[in-house]
Amino acid sequence: MKNKIRDLRTAINMTQEDLASIIGVSRQTINAIEKEKFDPSLPTAFKMSKLFELPIDQIFLFEG
Amino acid sequence: MELMKFERNRRIKKLAAWTWSWVATMAIATFGPEFIWDNHPFMTQFAIIVNFANGILIILANRDLFNHFYELEKNIHLESLAITLGLAVVVGLSYSLLDSTNLIKQNAQIIMLVMFIGVTYLTSILINTRRYK
Repeated sequence: MKNKIRDLRTAINMTQEDLASIIGVSRQTINAIEKEKFDPSLPTAFKMSKLFELPIDQIFLFEG
Repeated sequence: MELMKFERNRRIKKLAAWTWSWVATMAIATFGPEFIWDNHPFMTQFAIIVNFANGILIILANRDLFNHFYELEKNIHLESLAITLGLAVVVGLSYSLLDSTNLIKQNAQIIMLVMFIGVTYLTSILINTRRYK
């Protein structure tokens, strides 16, 4: 699944470690999500949506 | 986040402690009858029950740790478990077949399968971890 996490994160000068700490996952998880190798769980997607103040479908682009 | 790491490390230590005590009780149950209690049946049964109970505690500690993995780690371990389970069944039965058809000289031993499971699980975790980097 494509996503805009890296763009959104860097726009607010946040490191992967910072984002991981706020969301409550490991830095490796954030890295894998940004590289689109791993799709996050629904709770993680909601936490990111809340943090970046954007709806989930504007962060994650589902290509069914 | 720090609390999660602390909780995770606590569970790793708990699992390590139960694993070491399981190894110790396994050694006692294996060598005790001959070297410690002179083949007394009650003591042997007791040692095996203690070892079995300790094994159950390892499983519970492992499940507890698994439930505290981050979601990517959970995914890595689940994939590794799936590969390990599949290979253990296929390789284990092929190994048993080789023994029953006398295609190998030595008797099939459960310890070989246990070692195979351990090596497969470790290798799968290393490969899967690299895949997600």
